Amino acid sequence: MTSLPKLPLAKWVNEFVSWLTQFEGFFQAITNFLNAIINSFQWLFDLLPQWLFVAIIMGLTLYLNRKKQKWSLLLLEFFGFWYISNQGYWRDMTQTLTLVLTSSLIAIVIGIPLGIWMAKSDKVRTVVNPILDFMQTMPAFVYLIPAVAFFGIGMAPGVVASVIFAMPPTVRMTNLGIRQVPYDLIEAANSFGSTSWQKLTQVQLPIAKSTIMAGVNQSMMLSLSMVVIASMIGAMGLGTKVYFAVGRNDAGSGFTAGFAIVILAIILDRVTQAFNQSKNK
Amino acid sequence: MTTKVEVKNLTKIFGKRVNKAKELLMAGASKADILKETGATVGVDRANFTVDEGEIFVIMGLSGSGKSTTIRMLNRLIEPTNGQVILDGQDVMAMSKDELREIRRHKMSMVFQNFALLPNRTVLENAEYGLEIQGVDKATREKQANDALEMVGLTGYNDQYPTQLSGGMQQRVGLARALANDPEILLMDEAFSALDPLNRKEMQNELLDLQENMQKTIIFISHDLNEALRIGDHIMIMRDGEIVQIGSPEEILTHPANDYVERFIEDVDRSKVLTASRVMIRPVTVNIDKDGPRITLRRMRENEISSLYVIDNQHHMVGLVDARDVIQLIKDNNRDLSSIINHDVPTVEMDTPLKSMMDEASHSPLPIAVLDDRNRLQGIIIRGAVLDALNGNGGDSHD
Ligand SMILES: Nc1ncnc2c1ncn2[C@@H]1O[C@H](COP(=O)(O)OP(=O)(O)OP(=O)(O)O)[C@@H](O)[C@H]1O
Ligand SMILES: [Mg+2]
Repeated sequence: MTSLPKLPLAKWVNEFVSWLTQFEGFFQAITNFLNAIINSFQWLFDLLPQWLFVAIIMGLTLYLNRKKQKWSLLLLEFFGFWYISNQGYWRDMTQTLTLVLTSSLIAIVIGIPLGIWMAKSDKVRTVVNPILDFMQTMPAFVYLIPAVAFFGIGMAPGVVASVIFAMPPTVRMTNLGIRQVPYDLIEAANSFGSTSWQKLTQVQLPIAKSTIMAGVNQSMMLSLSMVVIASMIGAMGLGTKVYFAVGRNDAGSGFTAGFAIVILAIILDRVTQAFNQSKNK
Repeated sequence: MTTKVEVKNLTKIFGKRVNKAKELLMAGASKADILKETGATVGVDRANFTVDEGEIFVIMGLSGSGKSTTIRMLNRLIEPTNGQVILDGQDVMAMSKDELREIRRHKMSMVFQNFALLPNRTVLENAEYGLEIQGVDKATREKQANDALEMVGLTGYNDQYPTQLSGGMQQRVGLARALANDPEILLMDEAFSALDPLNRKEMQNELLDLQENMQKTIIFISHDLNEALRIGDHIMIMRDGEIVQIGSPEEILTHPANDYVERFIEDVDRSKVLTASRVMIRPVTVNIDKDGPRITLRRMRENEISSLYVIDNQHHMVGLVDARDVIQLIKDNNRDLSSIINHDVPTVEMDTPLKSMMDEASHSPLPIAVLDDRNRLQGIIIRGAVLDALNGNGGDSHD
């Protein structure tokens, strides 16, 4: 064993990464595309006065929970956002929200079709499953290195790293949800002469929806967990505050910024859950 | 009668080594051997049957006998391993995907054993489902779905979700969903199994009406022989993937093909199925236009009975005479029977079910006269015959 020379795996990966950098134009296009989404979100959040932002979130919560109000959530939103504003983290919070929403959006746009494809074909599932395992278990820091190589510094590589780390639950849960649709419903759809598309849109997706949404919710939480890591490559937001506090050994501001992340996480989680449930009648 | 569906050698083998299993099956191997050798299950083995247009064709058999598999091969929800399905002269097996889809959309609709309603849709939306797939506009499909729901007796639940309904109600939604399509053929897999007896009877009547008024062809799987006998024009009995017997309800009851069928019909409620003509016996009669009291008395003695039915030259039923009155008549030297005829006798028609004459049979001391539609005496039913028939010995006395 010991006599075997060390496999030059690291070298190969490096060579592969530098080989990829020749597609600079391609990565530049992706970067521009990501920045367009990021800037739109950020533009919107900068435009909204704080009180209006809070009012919209609370209004949305009221609407989503119209069947059964959860007053505690409304209180949390009110005091949570007040705390964030009070600590001077408002813009950081909106930057973090931008990162999370952009990553989630991309995770949904790529992840759901991929999950559908996986559900429809056992072969695809066999190939994709280990890739998802890899994406999820590889320490998230590792993605930062190639992300910087391809997408530079800033929000865009942060989004890319978050998407890679956060997308697997959406793919998996979409696959799972569709595969879990009871066979007799598929049979009923077939017996009435559905096309595959009709079957997907009228039966499989609606019935798998809550499972898929649970996956989306998980993806969102995972991408939020990436904000501190992403701040190391220049993705602005609450993560940056935590990161700086660590650098300055400032436990106090580390806590206040970290607490803001927790608040944002809880609100995001509860609101997406309410969204999920309200659509499920 | 025109043939609607014809099935030839229809076979389904489940599992992996289907070709090998098929070879073995054709070579006459038993299912157990095939399972042992190849691991494949023979679901249906070379089924042959025809379904006439406008009839209710009932498939019966124990669990696992291949009923669901058979019915699903008709619209190729299960792809047959071998054999043919001919629908209106067209070979269903040879159809392209698109043609098959058209057949499923317009010609055959299915009602499922376990309802298979979409949980995310309301009752009305479920009933509209088939029409929605066809691309029918909203107004039309709502109307048709409403009509179908009304037909199955489910009004006022339009906006409920399936989980809010009882099993029986869900089953009716499933039926309405199929009816809303207005198909020529209804495939019903134990479609009434979740209904309580009262609703079940109601739905059976509804089905009979549908068949009669709208000329629907209905292929119906049932576990309940009473139901099969009540609604079926033909009954097909399956066992282990094979057809054991096909026949009208009466044929099945009176001439079961083997022990399996016999055991099947053992505990059927015969009173609902057997008719007067099945249990009546040839009456001993006298002809009022020809015979006098002495002949009457002789016949009574010969047959050891104390009363006789009187008919006329045209075989019309006139009434009943009693031995004591006949003897009195002879003593009085009167030759005319008409003065002693009892006209107030119990009568039934040829197709009266036993059920509706049980009361009469158990209370009346007189034998019941069975008349045809021109009032001619065709037979009589004595009390014992009714009870015998209900105990499973019925029918043969007639032949
Ligand atoms: N998808 C399948 N794969 C393997 N075997 C199957 C499959 N479907 C049915 N079978 C087998 O085929 C046989 C017939 O099944 P089928 O469902 O047609 O029975 P059934 O008469 O409808 O029974 P039940 O009254 O319980 O509904 C059974 O032995 C069953 O195990
Ligand atoms: Mg079945």
